[in-house]
Amino acid sequence: MRSITNFATTLVIGAAAIYGVLSTYWFLSTLSGPGFALGFASVAGSLTKFALQAAISVAVIYLVWKFLSEDRKEPVVKNLLIGTPYLWLLALFLVPFVIVLKISLSDTALAIPPYTPTLDLAAGWKGITDFFSELDFENFVWLTEDDLYWKAYLSSLKIALTSTILTLLVGFPIAYGMARAPTEWRATLLMLVILPFWTSFLIRVYSWMGILSQEGYLNQLLMSLGLISEPLIILNTNVAVYIGIVYTYLPFMILPIYSALEKLDGSLLEAAEDLGCSRLSAFWLVTAPLSKQGVIAGSFLVFIPTLGEFVIPSLLGGSKTLMIGKVLWEEFFSNRDWPVASAVAVVLLLILVIPIILFQRNEQKQREIDG
Amino acid sequence: MNKTLFTLAASVALGAMAASADEVRVYNWSDYIDEDLLTKFEEETGLKLIYDVFDSNEVLETKMLAGGSGYDVVVPSGTFLQRQITAGAFQKLDTGKLANHGNLWDVIASRTEKYDPENAYSINYMWGTTGIGVNVGKVQEVLGADAPIGSLDLVFNPANMEKLAACGVHFLDAPAEIIPAALAYIGEDPDSHDKDIIAKAEPILTAVRPYVQKFHSSEYINALANGDICVAIGWSGDILQARDRAAEAENGVDIAYNAPSEGALMWFDQMAIPADAPNPEGAHTFLNFIMDAQNMADASNYVYYANGNLASQPLLEEDVIGDPAIYPDEETLKNLYTTTPYPAKVQRVVTRMWTKIKSGT
Repeated sequence: MRSITNFATTLVIGAAAIYGVLSTYWFLSTLSGPGFALGFASVAGSLTKFALQAAISVAVIYLVWKFLSEDRKEPVVKNLLIGTPYLWLLALFLVPFVIVLKISLSDTALAIPPYTPTLDLAAGWKGITDFFSELDFENFVWLTEDDLYWKAYLSSLKIALTSTILTLLVGFPIAYGMARAPTEWRATLLMLVILPFWTSFLIRVYSWMGILSQEGYLNQLLMSLGLISEPLIILNTNVAVYIGIVYTYLPFMILPIYSALEKLDGSLLEAAEDLGCSRLSAFWLVTAPLSKQGVIAGSFLVFIPTLGEFVIPSLLGGSKTLMIGKVLWEEFFSNRDWPVASAVAVVLLLILVIPIILFQRNEQKQREIDG
Repeated sequence: MNKTLFTLAASVALGAMAASADEVRVYNWSDYIDEDLLTKFEEETGLKLIYDVFDSNEVLETKMLAGGSGYDVVVPSGTFLQRQITAGAFQKLDTGKLANHGNLWDVIASRTEKYDPENAYSINYMWGTTGIGVNVGKVQEVLGADAPIGSLDLVFNPANMEKLAACGVHFLDAPAEIIPAALAYIGEDPDSHDKDIIAKAEPILTAVRPYVQKFHSSEYINALANGDICVAIGWSGDILQARDRAAEAENGVDIAYNAPSEGALMWFDQMAIPADAPNPEGAHTFLNFIMDAQNMADASNYVYYANGNLASQPLLEEDVIGDPAIYPDEETLKNLYTTTPYPAKVQRVVTRMWTKIKSGT
């Protein structure tokens, strides 16, 4: 019972604080927005409104706090502190998701915004019931009827899996080399891995277009070396997409593996060799199992964003590259069908929930081992 | 001292407004203006011009229907303009602020009334046709001297396309133009809104899909000019720009544009002011600047598109006003068709078909 009252008190204080913050924001936005152009009267009006809202917010917090018994103050403050991260979660994840979900249940319309129904709060309770009665799952049914979407999901899965494996194959040796390098070099090597992040991702992908195109640097080099006589067609194919993904996500693979390998105790390897292991079997018996957590973490960090990747396939891939991120863009921008685009996004998220949960479990396990 | 304080207070107070009052944001098609005009506008009016470009009516419409695009002038084509007016995306023009409005060409204005009754929301910027650009030398090399470069047979007959694939073919990424063209090719009404008739375009396009290197609406200008591709379905002026770029580069590439003999789409790009434009005043200033005879002539001379400005015609260069590919004669005009917007249900069928065709599934 006590904890419930504490919880309720926390909610009241939190709500009042959020209300205060929001009304400050509204007030500031009318100041800089068109409201200001309307002249002094409107500024005075919004100032009065703001003063009223701020007074309500402060008064509620003050009164609740004042009438709170001394021994309750501490748990309430604690609750407020614990509540803050959940508030971020709510604001940054749950609210956008609910909005997307809502759009996915509506229908397209030739209007601003281009879907119907929109929530009309001015119509009161009737507006809300009307709104909910018009929502339906039609767009999700549509996704099952057209095999384009299934093909796109499957093809994205395939591309994400393949490129995760490729990134691992390229990233592991780099991480291994970094971890075995002399200590004074490591910081520099780490810096070199992170350095490309200082340039815009888009520009780096564009520069790959310059490298891979038919008249590009790669073909020029290969032809001048006499290795090929006809330029290779790489740009606008899936090969270019794989190159782009491996390049872009490489640091996400290297860093967790490096951090796992760096912790590796070198004396373990010496011990293994002393006990008659060849270097290769020492690698498989000692290094590989001990870097497993890093490999798993890196693989998920590459796999999860690659599945929904849009920029790389659209710039480097051809129109034959089928990825769900591209389909999503098409639905949104070319077809101007926001409800179907939202339905595709919701399904994509549901598909991603499984690897994300697995990733969390792995992290948890890692923490238990470390702890 | 007092004066300084006052100025300071006033500038703080007006700061928020001033940021938008001396800025005009224009969103126009790529490769669609002589960029000297942009500097000239800033010099003449003292307004700061922010000029962004797009290459797809669909993308423009997405921005318009999302609202709050932040642009003061946008340039949709007729059919898209009509849809967006219905959606409430534009504000009516104040002709009182458009001193150069009298320069407009009544012939074009009467045609654009189909999309914008009484031309209340828009002025015509330029108009043109959708046709075929070819690298004459390469196409003749592949298909022989009698290659059907003036016919849709070149791009919709799989036998021709199979051979052309080697030298590269681009199609516009514009379903509302390619599908009518495919319908014209098989003798159907290009402006049909009947789902069953529209469906007839799908097998035509699917059959040639494997031979299309890319569906894109702006890359083909450079690709044609450089000789990277030999055929493009594209917009008249863009292909003529490619012809000129190739001529300037003296790379031996000879580009020709033809409005196909089976019929070609005639379209109108209209300048309009979004309903939520931050600076409608500046937008009118920009429209009035564009409607000036000399400015419009400069723009057309540069991009090889015909405009809707009668007063600019004496100022046009001979290779613009005298070229029937740009200003069609009576005979060519008979061969041109226009389209109207699809109803919502049909629109969905069309876009779905387009996604399927493009992705090759």
